Parts: sequence; structure tokens; C-alpha cells
Amino acid sequence: MSDILQVRGLTKRFGGLAAVNDVDFDVREGGISGLIGPNGAGKTTIFNLITGVYKVSSGTVSFGGRDITDLEPHRIAGLGVTRTFQNIRLFKNLTVFENVLTACHASASYGLADSLLRLPRFRREEKAIMDKADGLLEILGLSDRKDAIANGLPYGLQRRLEITRALALDPKLLLLDEPAAGMNPDETEQLMRLIGEIRDRFKLSVLVIEHHMDLVMGLCERIVVLNFGQKLADGVPDAIRGDQRVVEAYLGGGDK
Amino acid sequence: MSSYIEGILMLSGINLIAVLGLSLLTGFAGLFSFGHAGFMAIGAYSAAVCTKLLGLPFVAAIAAAALVAAGVSWLIGRATLKLKGDYFCIATLGFGEAIRLILDNFQGLGGARGWPGIPPRTTLLNILILDVIGVVLLANLVRSRHGRNMIAVREEELAAKVAGIDTFRYKMLALVISAAYAGVAGALLGHYMTFIQPKMFSMVKSTELTIIVIFGGLGSISGSVLGAVVLTFLPELLRAVDKWRLVVYGLAVIGIMIGRPRGLMGGFELTPKSIRAHFARRREERAIKAGRAAEDGDEALSGEADGKGGL
Repeated sequence: MSDILQVRGLTKRFGGLAAVNDVDFDVREGGISGLIGPNGAGKTTIFNLITGVYKVSSGTVSFGGRDITDLEPHRIAGLGVTRTFQNIRLFKNLTVFENVLTACHASASYGLADSLLRLPRFRREEKAIMDKADGLLEILGLSDRKDAIANGLPYGLQRRLEITRALALDPKLLLLDEPAAGMNPDETEQLMRLIGEIRDRFKLSVLVIEHHMDLVMGLCERIVVLNFGQKLADGVPDAIRGDQRVVEAYLGGGDK
Repeated sequence: MSSYIEGILMLSGINLIAVLGLSLLTGFAGLFSFGHAGFMAIGAYSAAVCTKLLGLPFVAAIAAAALVAAGVSWLIGRATLKLKGDYFCIATLGFGEAIRLILDNFQGLGGARGWPGIPPRTTLLNILILDVIGVVLLANLVRSRHGRNMIAVREEELAAKVAGIDTFRYKMLALVISAAYAGVAGALLGHYMTFIQPKMFSMVKSTELTIIVIFGGLGSISGSVLGAVVLTFLPELLRAVDKWRLVVYGLAVIGIMIGRPRGLMGGFELTPKSIRAHFARRREERAIKAGRAAEDGDEALSGEADGKGGL
């Protein structure tokens, strides 16, 4: 199995503070990897660096063998890296269907003139992406909420919609930022199953940031542990569980 | 039809075109502009140059007005669209005033005293034709992937970016198209008044356009149409109260915005489909209330029942 994402020497400095400092890790193709660490360890910053939301201070990110370090976010998304956000970012005033349909834009290629004049190409492609959006909602179990306004959905479904919207771009790598935040154990359990199903069904790789240790340990095949912006450990769940430094970082250990 | 009423109709039709453009930028792409009168001025002067100095047909003058305004907006956009929300708004304000001051001091086109003798080519008919074209093109645009991408920028720019939307490109597209609409409106205005003066395109005009868009409801084309007609007619109806006219106008706008913060039509679109849906709902409600006396206090047209947002 090869690596779909390679992060090398990744560093992000905000003024004098290195939020992420010289981090290396890989995400295996077709795998589910976890990124864990205490609050402020730099996990979300790494997501922002991978997806181009922040500019990298130094180091490289390559995706599928291609250097994506300095690309614009929309270009990175176009290549097949999509994500969800820790604090859900939906198109709040649009319906569930519109949220997903909007993200299907890349599956259509009709131009401005096709839109303005409603040319046959517009009709054909628009029909295709509407079917695609319907199909995704069906798979993710959101069909019956199709016309609901995104903002009014229960929290768990908003998270699910955000994942659906990310899938509309046919990603090869899906980054999930604390997908289980605020969920009860039951919902977390359900989410774990969903993430596994999505990986198998859409043949993609997943990198997930998570605080729920059960979820991470049960779901991820490999785990990267961060602390104070640096990589602490990297390996299979059992190795991480037994790692003294990781236990210290989480539970508070000896002096630093 | 009296020529007075016809005149107001023409003015509201002209305003409508500028408002439609601004509606795309503000209501759909979420960018506020306080300089759109600047694009109208560019359109008005370019079109006047075409007909008065170059002797070109009116159609060509209108096309030129749209193109020149769009071209200038592209340059402005390159310089300012990277700015975040409020800063972009300030930049457009500066732009609008800059255009007016440049024209004030450019004697070749009449300077501050204005430029008379523009051929009267604008008629109610060609305004109506352009209004219809303007509405149809805009409606087609906002219900396409391009329009949805603009709406995504308005709703949540960061999410739009990571959903693969080139937000800069779509903001630019919205700006350029809205400037072209404003340019056409300017061309029509100049050839209706037969006289143009930089003062006509001051910040007051820009603000008026923005007020109409917000009054009609952000993200609603039918709201913009309604807003343009109502707010062009209102000051005329209020001539009866003489010098209190603009005060009453202001109060009316404030009253509406307090009563309906999302504007007259906020997020709701008046289409054959939505009207049918509205009546279907009312029929259901009536069936439920069957036992009691029928209540129909509300205006059927108001779309009151549908307060939720949408495309």
C-alpha cells in the first residue's frame, strides 16, 4: 500500500510561535489514520496547512506524489482533498439538497453562456449533478431531510451533511476535524461505522482528528500523536496506547 | 398614459436594471458596494460618447456602456476583491466618488456643469425589453452552478473554498456582471434625460440602489423588481407632502426594515411555482379551519407564509 499524503518538515509560525513545528507523517492510501493530541497541539492547523487555508511557513505537503504545498484551497480541493470543520461550516440558509448540489459543481463543466441561455448542455449536466446529489443524500440517509434548511437540522445531521457535501467532490482523501465533537456514545458509535462505510464505498483515504480515544483506537489503522506542535509518536493503535510519552502528554506526567 | 406616469415608469425601469446588477453582487454573492453609481456614470458617459460623438446606433452604445463598465470593474476587482467584506465596501465607496470627481474635472465631456444634447433614444419599450432580458438572464444565472457558487461565497466563504470553488473568480464574475448591468442603466438614463452631470452619480445614487436591493430583500430577484418600482414611485407619490417628502421616504424604508428585516421578499422568489405552492398551502389551511369562519385578512400575494430562506 502506498502513501497518498506525505507531510515533510511541516512548520507554521504565527509571529514567534511555532504552532506546528517540523512535523513528518504519511497517510496510507485506502486507510483511516488518526491525528490526536491535547488541545492546542496543532491538529487543526495541520488540516489548514494541508488544505491550503493557511500558508505553509516551511516544509512540504505532497498528495498522490504531487507537491501541493503552495496551492490555493480550491485547487487542492479540485485535486481530491476535502475536509469538514471542527465548528461546522454549512451553507446555512440553503437547503440540504442545495448544500450538496453546490458542491457537485465540479462534476459539471457547462459555461456561463450555457447557464445564461439555458442551452441543452446546461440541462443535461444539471440533470446529472442533481441525480448525483440525490444519490449521495440517499447513501448518507439524508433524503427525507432534502428540503430542510441546513441551519435547522439537528447537530448530528449537520455533521453528516457536511461529510456528504465533502463527498460530492469525489475526494480521494477526506479530512475530518473532530467529527464526533458533541456527540453522545451512541452517536459516536454510529459515526464510526459511517466513516468505515464511507471509506469502503467511496474508495478513499481518511485522516481524522479526534478526542474520543475509543473512536480513534477502534477506527484508525495508524495514529499520529502531536504535542505542542511537534510529533510525539506515530504508529498502530496498540503501540500508541503503550507509548509512555503519549500517556504523559494526555494525563500530565513528569516535568518537561 | 400621461407622460408624467410614463416618465416615472421609465425611471423605475432604468433603476431596475442597475438594481438587478447590484442584487447579484449584494444579494447573491454577499458583497456590498457603495460605488455602483460610478459604474452607471461610466456607462452613461461611454454611451453618450458613442451616440453623440461617434454617431453609433443606440444598441451599440448600450453594448459599449456594458463593456466599458465591466472592464473598469474588472480592474477595480483585481485591486480590491482580495479585501475582506467591509474593506471592499469602503473601496467601492472611494471608487464611486473618484469616478464622479474625475468626470467633474474632465472638461472634454462637460465637466461639473454637465453634458447636454444627448440624443433622446430611450423609450419605455426599449427599457421594458432590457428589463425582461435582465431579469431572465439573472434568474438563469442564479439557478446554475455559477450562481450557486456565488451564493456559496455569500453563505460561507471558507467552506466554499474547500469545496473547490474559486471564490475570487466568482466574486469577480458577480462584480463584472453587476457593473455591466449598471453600465446599461447609465446608458439608458443618459439617453432618457438627454443631459448627464457627474452629480447625478454621487454616493447618494449608490446608496439609493443599495437601499432598494435590501428593501426588496437580499437574494430575491422578484424582491429587487418590487423594490425598484415601489421606491421609485414612492418619492413621487409623496410630492403631496412637499418638503417632508424625503423624511417620509426614510421613515417608510425604516418601517419596512423593522417590520420585515429580510426585506419585502427576503429569500422568497415570486415564480409561478411558488405562487401555486402558496395557494395550495392556503387551501390546506382553509380546509383545516373548515369549521370556523373563513379568515382571509392577509394579502394572498405577500408570500408571508414562506419566511424561510433559499436560492
